[in-house]
Amino acid sequence: MAHIGESLLGRLRDGTLVLDGEITTALLAMVDAIRQMLASIEAQGSEGERDDSALISTLTRLQHDPEAARTEAAKLELAKIELAKIELAKIELSKTAAAAGEGSAEAAAPPANIGAILMERTGVTSAEIQRAAALQKEGDPRHLGEILVEQGAVKPADVVEALRVQRTARVSTAASDSTIRVDVGLLDKVMNLVGELVLARNQVLLFANRLKDASFLAASQRLNLITTELQAGVMKTRMQPIGNIWGQFPRTVRDVALSCGKEVRIEMEGKETELDKTIIEAIKDPLTHLVRNSVDHGIELPADRVLAGKDRVGRLTLRAFHEGGQVNIEISDDGAGLDVDRIRKKAAERAVITAEQAARMTERETFNLIFLPGFSTAQKITNVSGRGVGMDVVKTNVEKIGGTVDLQSVLGRGTTVRVKIPLTLAIIPALVVTCGGDRYAIPQVSLLELVRLAPEQAKSGIEMVQGAPVHRLRGRLLPLVYLSRVLDLNDAGESSQQEGRPVNIVVLQAEGRAFGLVVDEINDTEEIVVKPLGKQLKGVNTFAGATIMGDGKVALILDALGLAQKANVVSELHDRTVAEKELSAAEKGAGNRQTLLLFQAGDHGRMAIPLALVARLEEFSRSKVERAGRRKVVQYRGRIMPLIEVAEAVGESSGASTDADSRLQVLVYAERGHSVGLVVERILDIVEEDVVLDRMAERAGILGSAVVQQRVTDMLDVQGVVRAADPDFFTVAAE
Amino acid sequence: MAQSEQFCTFFLDGHFFGVPVQQVQEVIRYQEMTRVPLVPQAVRGLINLRGQIVTAIDLRRRLGMSERPADKLPMNVVVRTDDGALSLLVDEIGDVIEAEQKTFEEPPETLKGMRREMIQGVHKLNDRLMHVLDIERACRITEAPEGAVAVR
Repeated sequence: MAHIGESLLGRLRDGTLVLDGEITTALLAMVDAIRQMLASIEAQGSEGERDDSALISTLTRLQHDPEAARTEAAKLELAKIELAKIELAKIELSKTAAAAGEGSAEAAAPPANIGAILMERTGVTSAEIQRAAALQKEGDPRHLGEILVEQGAVKPADVVEALRVQRTARVSTAASDSTIRVDVGLLDKVMNLVGELVLARNQVLLFANRLKDASFLAASQRLNLITTELQAGVMKTRMQPIGNIWGQFPRTVRDVALSCGKEVRIEMEGKETELDKTIIEAIKDPLTHLVRNSVDHGIELPADRVLAGKDRVGRLTLRAFHEGGQVNIEISDDGAGLDVDRIRKKAAERAVITAEQAARMTERETFNLIFLPGFSTAQKITNVSGRGVGMDVVKTNVEKIGGTVDLQSVLGRGTTVRVKIPLTLAIIPALVVTCGGDRYAIPQVSLLELVRLAPEQAKSGIEMVQGAPVHRLRGRLLPLVYLSRVLDLNDAGESSQQEGRPVNIVVLQAEGRAFGLVVDEINDTEEIVVKPLGKQLKGVNTFAGATIMGDGKVALILDALGLAQKANVVSELHDRTVAEKELSAAEKGAGNRQTLLLFQAGDHGRMAIPLALVARLEEFSRSKVERAGRRKVVQYRGRIMPLIEVAEAVGESSGASTDADSRLQVLVYAERGHSVGLVVERILDIVEEDVVLDRMAERAGILGSAVVQQRVTDMLDVQGVVRAADPDFFTVAAE
Repeated sequence: MAQSEQFCTFFLDGHFFGVPVQQVQEVIRYQEMTRVPLVPQAVRGLINLRGQIVTAIDLRRRLGMSERPADKLPMNVVVRTDDGALSLLVDEIGDVIEAEQKTFEEPPETLKGMRREMIQGVHKLNDRLMHVLDIERACRITEAPEGAVAVR
């Protein structure tokens, strides 16, 4: 069979035949068949029983079929590229054969001499080459290939081809000199050992800090550095370029495109982007699915594309790049895009959402519907896709490794699916919290922020909605989940709810929903080594694994998604109603909706400023206030921050007490690294309101008034007040 | 000569038990454990065995026996299973003894429930009976998550 294939290739090379789709298919089938044979040789030592007569007869027929010899100038270029690919595949194949101990003549290393390559591939006689070489020796500055082309001995394309073969051969010899093959099992073992080392290092550091012995401390710091570097190095050994799994996509795309009568060109960017081996394996199937989806659903039939004024050939682009410690993979096509209305209609039909909800959903939310199980917008089911079991599996698989999937689409212009995944799974940064006397680690990826409610705030800060605790976080209701209750830590009781204790809330996100996890204590962040749990504990999805802490004790790793499910934060229904609420709120406030910070300044009544202008809220003891010239200042984060009494600035008497023990409430306003503190009497609330500014009350420091929470509230002119107190502030800040 | 087998023996609530010595990786003293919420009671927690995280199963609870007195610390019999190492919490460790195949007998019909499932049989030794524990069954908690609790 290889023989027939070879003579077919030979005829293509000679130009007697022109490569077309049919021949390519047959050749690819041949390569597949040989691959299978090799695999079976590797496994059983024999070729196995195969019936390739159909394939062989196709190959033979193509060789002699005059129809296949149609000459189309336009196709020639494409054919050359395809030919090159096949040639490369053949070289690859012969290498594999050599590795498998086949020892065929083809397995010999490709000749590195360009003349020899040309001789072998184009039938140039050695005399011609020698003549050209002689010319070169006489001082002809041109390359051998150029001379030969000029003499008409070879075609330019052949020279290009030969150069490529030469390059490949060179690269492969260079690579084999500087790399060695290592058993993956060994790498895994080394990785585990480094994990152990990281843990041991943590323990040593703990001791070092306790013992306060200078030389020991120095030694342990060194150990710390080396371990960190070693860890990074070992992680690198497990890294593989994403091109390894992309390599098969051109073939996949070609097969799918052919089966649904489409023409698709695949482009790849960032092939060299590296990922941990385990992650590469985990995303292979989801990516393949997304690629098939793009070709089957995304890209239109050639005729439709021409009608839409696009190039006949659809374009599928794969991009991979690093961003913020994560790897982004984008799969975009220039196809039909997603039809928002059709998804809405389909969703309503399937009763996934009500028609009313459908009408109110944003585009983005609508797109996310396609990740629901059993949802497909394909008009007909093909053998490639359309059964509706694809995208939800993609999403689940990607989320399993801590990644996210996001979809953007413009109708008629194309669709982009963005997959974000972590670089590695083995060692992750995590937040350590305590609950019921035990420590738990929370992976940093699911962490949004930390909120601490002081004892006096705890009571008012946590409200109840029909028995479900919530916290108002910047105007939004954040559902609260008590870790001790979710985990049934009965002996811990309601310790976190006791009066007079601060409440620690860890804001987590799971499936795009935020929720607050109430824990007893928030300890620290730490790099942890994820260890799998035994089979006995696999059924509990609240835990993602376990790790060993610096003191040698074991701590469980919490799984945000599992916790949310356990606490029913992420139920479909809930998800939707909340999305709806947010949506309606957003719609209402399309105009002037703002989040305002309400406060009281001196005797003046309620005032408000947009929360966006406030960098931080701080509290200073009045005794901390110092004087610089005639101005009041405080030391803040190692710098001097001027203070402005808001009450004075708007022309009111400051009713503030001068008691040195009392606390100053300060709104920090920052502009390019310079900050100024606005001293207020009391911070009242944070609300989200439609602001209709009435300029009636406009005066120094006041922009006007608005009705906020059914009460007239003055809007503070922050810039004005700051400028009045310090005319140079903005110019200094601008420098 | 009749076939014989070596057993690592231990005590549970006054009963004498044994597991084939080939399956035992090591025996260690009481280790501090991290409890795991939301799992069957028989899973007492996780121990750090030289950097490896090992699940500890309390055999008393697993076999539906009374709780170990609070002042007595259990011993860990670390066994090898298909799913990696696992620790069995027992009261006390006995000797390694050799028992001949001919002294072995299936558990009596009157033994029922969880214990029967997890006890392969008994060896009739000269002075007493040794229960042979089926490690695979004893560790297969996922299959009957409530089992251990139900018996108690």
